[in-house]
Amino acid sequence: MNFLDLIWLIPLFPVVGFLVNGLIGKRLPKSVVGIIGAGAVLVSFIFSAGAVLQLAQLPAEERSHTVRLYQWFDAGAAQTLGGQMARFQVDFGFLLDPLSSVMILVVTGIGFLIHVYSTGYMHEEDGFYRFFAYLNLFMFSMLTLVLGSNYLMMFIGWEGVGLCSYLLIGYYFHKKSAGDAAKKAFVVNRVGDWGLSIGIMLIFVSFGTIEFTAVGEAVREGLAAGSFSVSDPLFIGIALALFVGATGKSAQLPLYVWLPDAMEGPTPVSALIHAATMVTAGVYMVARSNFIFQMAPEAMAVVAVIGALTALFAASIGLVQNDIKRVLAYSTVSQLGYMFLALGVGAFAAGVFHLMTHAFFKALLFLGSGSVIHAMHHEQDMRKMGALKNKIPITFKTMAIGTLAIAGIPGLAGFFSKDEILWKAFSNPQGHVILWLLGVVVAGMTAFYMFRLLFMTFYGESRVDHHVEHHIHESPKSMTIPLMVLAAGSVVSGYLGIPLWLGGTNAFEHWLEPVFEPLPITQAAIVEHSHAFEAGMAALSVMVALAGIYLAYRKYYKTSYRAETEVASYGAAYPVLQNKYYVDELYDGLFVNRVKDAGVGLWKFDAKLVDGAVNGSASLTVTGANGSNWWDRWIVDGIVRFIGGFIKTASWPIRLIETGYTQNYALVMVLGVLIIIGYALWGGQ
Amino acid sequence: MVATHHYLFLAAALFTIGVIGVLTRRNIMIVLMSIELMMNAVNINLIAFSNHLQQVNGQIFAIFVITVAAAEAAVGLGIVIAMFKNKETMNINEIDLMKW
Repeated sequence: MNFLDLIWLIPLFPVVGFLVNGLIGKRLPKSVVGIIGAGAVLVSFIFSAGAVLQLAQLPAEERSHTVRLYQWFDAGAAQTLGGQMARFQVDFGFLLDPLSSVMILVVTGIGFLIHVYSTGYMHEEDGFYRFFAYLNLFMFSMLTLVLGSNYLMMFIGWEGVGLCSYLLIGYYFHKKSAGDAAKKAFVVNRVGDWGLSIGIMLIFVSFGTIEFTAVGEAVREGLAAGSFSVSDPLFIGIALALFVGATGKSAQLPLYVWLPDAMEGPTPVSALIHAATMVTAGVYMVARSNFIFQMAPEAMAVVAVIGALTALFAASIGLVQNDIKRVLAYSTVSQLGYMFLALGVGAFAAGVFHLMTHAFFKALLFLGSGSVIHAMHHEQDMRKMGALKNKIPITFKTMAIGTLAIAGIPGLAGFFSKDEILWKAFSNPQGHVILWLLGVVVAGMTAFYMFRLLFMTFYGESRVDHHVEHHIHESPKSMTIPLMVLAAGSVVSGYLGIPLWLGGTNAFEHWLEPVFEPLPITQAAIVEHSHAFEAGMAALSVMVALAGIYLAYRKYYKTSYRAETEVASYGAAYPVLQNKYYVDELYDGLFVNRVKDAGVGLWKFDAKLVDGAVNGSASLTVTGANGSNWWDRWIVDGIVRFIGGFIKTASWPIRLIETGYTQNYALVMVLGVLIIIGYALWGGQ
Repeated sequence: MVATHHYLFLAAALFTIGVIGVLTRRNIMIVLMSIELMMNAVNINLIAFSNHLQQVNGQIFAIFVITVAAAEAAVGLGIVIAMFKNKETMNINEIDLMKW
């Protein structure tokens, strides 16, 4: 089978699952709904794997396969900035190249595991079929996003995942907080999507096409012909507009606020959408547009700085959060910051590498936390956990692996990808030692808060409610098996990209090279460093991570957790961190309440001015009608009544002879006849 | 020998009885019967003159009058029944709808 030409089927299988579960799922047993939902994704995964294997067999420079299903639309000619006319044509096409092949494998592979997990986790929930229908719709959107061959196809998926994110965050829609979180996610993402759509329009007016490959070629040709130059404001504008879209979807400063609240959704949703796949769409998009970003070093610097700052900012909030899912949410924001840091310093492959490894261990950690929450009967507060290590051993072991992986302990996936990013932040021409330093600090904080989570949840004294304590139980196999598979992935996925200094070949970077081929731009020469130096840097970051772990060990393992000591140890910083730097309050004050005020203002305008005008014209009509009524009653009716009354009065003598008795009339008739006869007989003389 | 003028006297007498009946009786059925009497007086006149003038026209006329009288009786009785249903009376004095 030629899977390469069948890649358009990959997003289509989940649509079938969505339609079946969405339309008739209510009447199907839960087991069938689960099989349809997970099965559709499994088929997609098989087709993805087949297509990627066949792609890998092609020579490196031919690894770009486009399938055009049909022309979606042809909106006619428009003038581009270069002065030529270009037709705005969009194909409904799919593109498989090394980058999208990484993405579809991550999306379908981890997506399938999370679907399986959901059949166990969501089993007691109402609307089981609805959950799977949304999940499959999400898979379709995400696969369209990463497989689309042009910016508009990507935009369909981009909006589709946003919709599914909204639907799934608000899955428990009877809870007000869930509904509010869903709205927040949707509205904040609108801000980002505005930037992305501006970026896409700018791309069309600049290059006359929105096909990824054609735009890439146009940039290269323009650069060769001298019509484009590096740092052109146009490229900076496009890159920044696209990056605004990425900050929305991938939860970067200043639009990250929706992601922690998105934890209101069911935990598998947090794992799938808000950790492993959807939030990495911004990373994918920037990596996909690398030829534009390479032309705009200033925009790259913005990406790197925003990424590093987001990583630090979110990690610092994560230090003191008590909700197990919120810790992971801030960790996700922080790790996404790492990916953008990598993209910003030009290490696109390192960013995508971290995207992939992060998908494994963060999905594992979220699913593990879901397993904890499941065991604890929907308790998410770590202050009410502790000593769960032996009660839910599989969950504990897998989560421990995930925690080691994200902390960057050598031998696990997180070490390889994180170290690659830190090294590139330091050594790349666009990198800077401050960016590297921020990254190292964040690595230490990450290790600290993740081990804090692990110790608070699984070690120490039990702070569990007595009612709950008796019922703590390990999750069913449908949940633990995905955990174990992901735990294995969190270890081995890093070995796809063993760096050169460890004697590896950096295979992952080689695989992505055709997509991230550098433009022929003269740059500052890459400073050569010895492998020993690189190994030393790696050792340094591992030391920092170990220091973080040791600190967490001291604070949360040696001495059992007590809220007062924790609060005291942060001093004045604690309320600031606990309240997330008051950013939500700031946004409420700056935007949300201003919009509400504007709404109230408009309402008042409506109530006073618009309604006043309507009511005024109504009362004017009533007054006029009253005058008209008076005229009608007294003048018009008066004349009519007067005439009637006059005739009635004047006619009374005539009325007297009209008795109504037939015989009277007959008598008069007979008399009349007699008179006529009499006249005829005797009147003639 | 019965001469033509005898018939005319009989008819005049019958007609006069009919007119008086129409004008004086209060029962609407009697009034209708009186009208029939007047029409039959006219029929006698028609037959008498037909015989006197030795022409058949008068007899044909008489048959016409009888036919029309049958129809008139049907219509008249229908009106009487409808009236009785509404007013529950046969007294013509109580039927004064033709007043203003």
